[in-house]
Amino acid sequence: MTSTLPPAKPSVRALFESMEYGPAPESDATVRAWLSARGARFDHFINGEFVAPSDGAYFDVMDPSSGKLLAHVAQGSASDVDAAVQAARAAQPAWSALSAHARARYLYALARAVQRQARALAVLESLDNGKPIRETRDLDIPLVVRHFYHHAGWAQLFDREFAGYAPVGVIGQIIPWNFPLLMLAWKVAPALAAGNTVVLKPAEYTPLSALLFAEIVRDAGLPAGVFNLVTGDGTTGAALVEHDGVDKIAFTGSTEVGRRIRTVTAGTGKSLSLELGGKSPFLVFADADLDSVVEGVVDAIWFNQGQVCCAGSRLLVQEGIAERLHEKLKARMEQLRVGAPLDKSVDMGAIVAPVQLARIRELVAQGVTEGAACWQPTWAEPKDGWFYPPTLFTNVEPSATIAQVEIFGPVLVTHTFRTPDEAVQLANNTPYGLAASVWSDDINLALDIAPRLRCGVVWINSTNAFDASAGFGGYRESGFGREGGREGMWEYVKPMREPAASPAAGKTTSVSDAITEEHPVERASLPAVDRTPKLYIGGQQARPDSGYSVPVHSAKGHLLGEVGDGNRKDIRNAVEAAHAASAWARRPGHARAQVLYYIAENLSARAREFASRIAQSTGVSIETGEREVELAISRLFTYAAWSDKHDGAVHDVPMRAVSLAMHEPLGVVGVVCPPTHPLLGFVSLVAPLIATGNTVVAVPSDTAPLVVTDFYSVLDTSDVPGGVINIVTGQSDALAKVLADHDNVDALWYCGSHTGATAVERASVGNLKQTWVDWTPRDWSDARIGEGREFLRRATQVKNIWIPYGA
Amino acid sequence: MMTSASRPSAATSVRPVALHTADATPQAPRVPSFTEHPARNPGTDLDLDVVAATHVNRSAAERRAATLPARRTVKKEWQAAWLLRAISCMDLTTLSGDDTPGNVHRLCAKARRPVRDDLLEALGVSDLGITVGAVCVYHRYVSDAVKALAGSGIPVAAVSTGFPAGLSPMSQRVAEIRASVDAGAQEIDVVITRAHVLRGEWNALYDEVRTFREACGDAHIKTILGVGELATLTNVARASQVAMMAGSDVIKTSTGKEPTNATLPVGLVMVRQIRDYLQRTGHVVGFKPAGGIRTAKQSLDWLALVKEELGDRWLRPDLFRFGASGLLTDIERQLEHFVTGRYSAAHRHPMV
Repeated sequence: MTSTLPPAKPSVRALFESMEYGPAPESDATVRAWLSARGARFDHFINGEFVAPSDGAYFDVMDPSSGKLLAHVAQGSASDVDAAVQAARAAQPAWSALSAHARARYLYALARAVQRQARALAVLESLDNGKPIRETRDLDIPLVVRHFYHHAGWAQLFDREFAGYAPVGVIGQIIPWNFPLLMLAWKVAPALAAGNTVVLKPAEYTPLSALLFAEIVRDAGLPAGVFNLVTGDGTTGAALVEHDGVDKIAFTGSTEVGRRIRTVTAGTGKSLSLELGGKSPFLVFADADLDSVVEGVVDAIWFNQGQVCCAGSRLLVQEGIAERLHEKLKARMEQLRVGAPLDKSVDMGAIVAPVQLARIRELVAQGVTEGAACWQPTWAEPKDGWFYPPTLFTNVEPSATIAQVEIFGPVLVTHTFRTPDEAVQLANNTPYGLAASVWSDDINLALDIAPRLRCGVVWINSTNAFDASAGFGGYRESGFGREGGREGMWEYVKPMREPAASPAAGKTTSVSDAITEEHPVERASLPAVDRTPKLYIGGQQARPDSGYSVPVHSAKGHLLGEVGDGNRKDIRNAVEAAHAASAWARRPGHARAQVLYYIAENLSARAREFASRIAQSTGVSIETGEREVELAISRLFTYAAWSDKHDGAVHDVPMRAVSLAMHEPLGVVGVVCPPTHPLLGFVSLVAPLIATGNTVVAVPSDTAPLVVTDFYSVLDTSDVPGGVINIVTGQSDALAKVLADHDNVDALWYCGSHTGATAVERASVGNLKQTWVDWTPRDWSDARIGEGREFLRRATQVKNIWIPYGA
Repeated sequence: MMTSASRPSAATSVRPVALHTADATPQAPRVPSFTEHPARNPGTDLDLDVVAATHVNRSAAERRAATLPARRTVKKEWQAAWLLRAISCMDLTTLSGDDTPGNVHRLCAKARRPVRDDLLEALGVSDLGITVGAVCVYHRYVSDAVKALAGSGIPVAAVSTGFPAGLSPMSQRVAEIRASVDAGAQEIDVVITRAHVLRGEWNALYDEVRTFREACGDAHIKTILGVGELATLTNVARASQVAMMAGSDVIKTSTGKEPTNATLPVGLVMVRQIRDYLQRTGHVVGFKPAGGIRTAKQSLDWLALVKEELGDRWLRPDLFRFGASGLLTDIERQLEHFVTGRYSAAHRHPMV
């Protein structure tokens, strides 16, 4: 139904018969007065004050429900961004030096102030974005308030709960237009809580609530420079991303822009969190409460006009009930009301901008062309703004464009499935991995499905539930990093690296080293039996595809042997083998621990051999080599210990539900080993990964690959299932690039050169795999920086499973 | 205990099609027009497959019930019209131990003229003859009410069958129905044995309601589920289904005497069962929330719920009633506020 203009003189008498809905407008007078008091012209907020753009440029901000002008807003130039970053940089030391309690007080004050301005913010947001006032009033703004309160708590607890961690520094934050103030809160609150300062760039369509927030910040007395706001379009965002003074970029938006940011920041040392697009599945099993499912769909795809990154846009229904559900959905769609966003009785408002509306229309037309059945309600949406009706596509092939791409509008596509397994396959049949919704009244079924979905959030019998205490974020090409909860706080801290202890790898060569080097193990007069180290793939030794070998020299330049010159096909085979070993993830932690202990046991039995191999390869003393082996054994014990202890959490969300934050492995992880500590470096990276259920393709460093190829016989004797650890030798940077390019590698840890790290980060955009690169040498012998939670956290991603309950 | 002799064996379903199968294609049910009097629900055989397949996800239902009032609101003329509609759908009720012919007469007078004439005039609806939907009393006062309402067209409803607990002997409960019908009651509000629901004895529940219905004869049977004592929403849904299969004309939430009465989640579940039953059988059943509905705003929420989930046809007294006693006064105050722009007071309106 369309909310239309009322008749001139509505008669109670006629309405008593028709019982129709009438207009129920929320007044925008206060907000309009706020706009005009500022001449409908807004500047940047830098260093605690509003400052005009350096080049005097402004852009227009429109009301999507009427297409009329709302305000002129400053267009940020590179020099505006620079001023903001400098202000943030200058403010950062003092801000992080404040006591945790002082920061908590500021965040608390922001929460209170937002609460006091709640209605103004809700109206402004609705006006600017076109979303219904009901949503801004009941969802967006309360969640903003909740976010600041929750993070006031993290600020208060920071010193104890994040001991050993420091703020990242200056954070550049770029947020989208679909939940303008909420995304601001998600970005700003944790950053400030941890002692960072920020430069925020809101979306050009919807900067107004951020500008009102800037006034709130000013009035709350936040120290100048802690929060800076630069408005503008994509060029402003690009200037922020490229700025040398920014330590981290936190971005929410399209996958396409996320890729560009990854490319631009590659090798700069900037850390990155990306919350990107999605094509999230909404799975309905035959035993679900179908009437509730219908409302779930309404909340999944017709919430915020479907302009939601985690919108349940792919309805997957068990075949036997599909027709019934579609009929129910159509009946429900007839009841939806699209109209003026400030009308309290509309379900859907306006699409944010004409270009978005055009894209939705284009994709829907394409869906029809490609043969899907399109259904829209019989009523017509208003024509004077940018409106689009709720739309249902049935008979959609999985290959159809509308089934693949993110439409970012109120358009639902449906498929059917036969079995739970097929449901999971269909659900995961997408490059994205943001969210999923699972509907079944059978807890056995629902809890079986949830962990098998490759996404960061699973809502059981619910959808689009958010809370500050529960992390939100994606798998795969939906990005990485979490927002909310303890897991979100990690995005805004970095471990304080203690000054390294005395260098472990002394380069003094003794006489005995020289002897060892010449005759590493065999001291008898007979020549040693030749050993041909091969690649180790799927639990088998494999000859390199190239048929070539590369020589390996000792630290002193003597030829020690030859290793296979692995190439892209070897990497391909290793990745296949690693995927085939994915059952490793389902082993209980205790079982993984047993394997790690066994590796340690077998390494210990051959400690002397490895020590001399290390010594001959790197030129260290036998004693140093022995120490490295002992440390490697200890490290294996560390991760064996962690295997059954890297627990998830149960978040306290404000509804009758549990939110299970599960630590899940990333999947197949490439590891490029550091040039120092050939054994310890390898173990330090591979052990946390396999302890948490990943499978690994490891590339030894160029300098001492034989230490690692020697290791595969240790693996063979330690009950490591084939494919869990794969080893490909060769030119490590070249192999790193192949791994980075591989779209079926889920993450890549790289230790090597700055050039190599840059190439890895740049190439990772293909599937937006998580990368962890390090080109500053790490002292692996120092357990404080060479092992621990940081590695476990990097080796896992958090999936939040929301489970409402109630008899 | 009396049971219906003509009832086919209820132990097995005669309608073999389960609810959740592909071939149970929803037939397009015919909803009667506004001017058309819907045919009475004849009931069906007891279909235990349907009962077993009926279940409700509580959290999801509660979420819908919680957000629905936030999604729909009516203001100004619309609100006034809706409030008048609420009055027309009201079962003006007195069910107190201290009821006397005197207060029942007063109630009936209010039922005839629920809103002050000057307000009706100002609203432009004087000639619509707006009255409440019915007057609801204990059996003892049925004949008083019938006399007091003579010529008004307002039916008298009697609560019956050992109201509110419903635990007196079956013969007495049936006799009570007959006595009220004989005394002129056109609607009988019966209560079910909650134990049948709690123990999953659907056959017994079906038999019980069937028996009541037969005893009602031409009087309409409104079946009170006592939802506050049914423990779960799934029980509410299943009891609703069985009550409809047994031929209830209206299903009603509560006696008003249970610890919790008409809540929106319960109402949501019941109207969804009515919709489901309509789609499956083509039979139209009415709905009556009762107990705890005291404010004008609540009545608007209920109307919106029914409009959204069942459709406009149900916004008429033949298919929808509020059971209420204090609600009318609050509605009158809101109507006066609409007319005058000033907040009103209870003592400005003739008391119930």
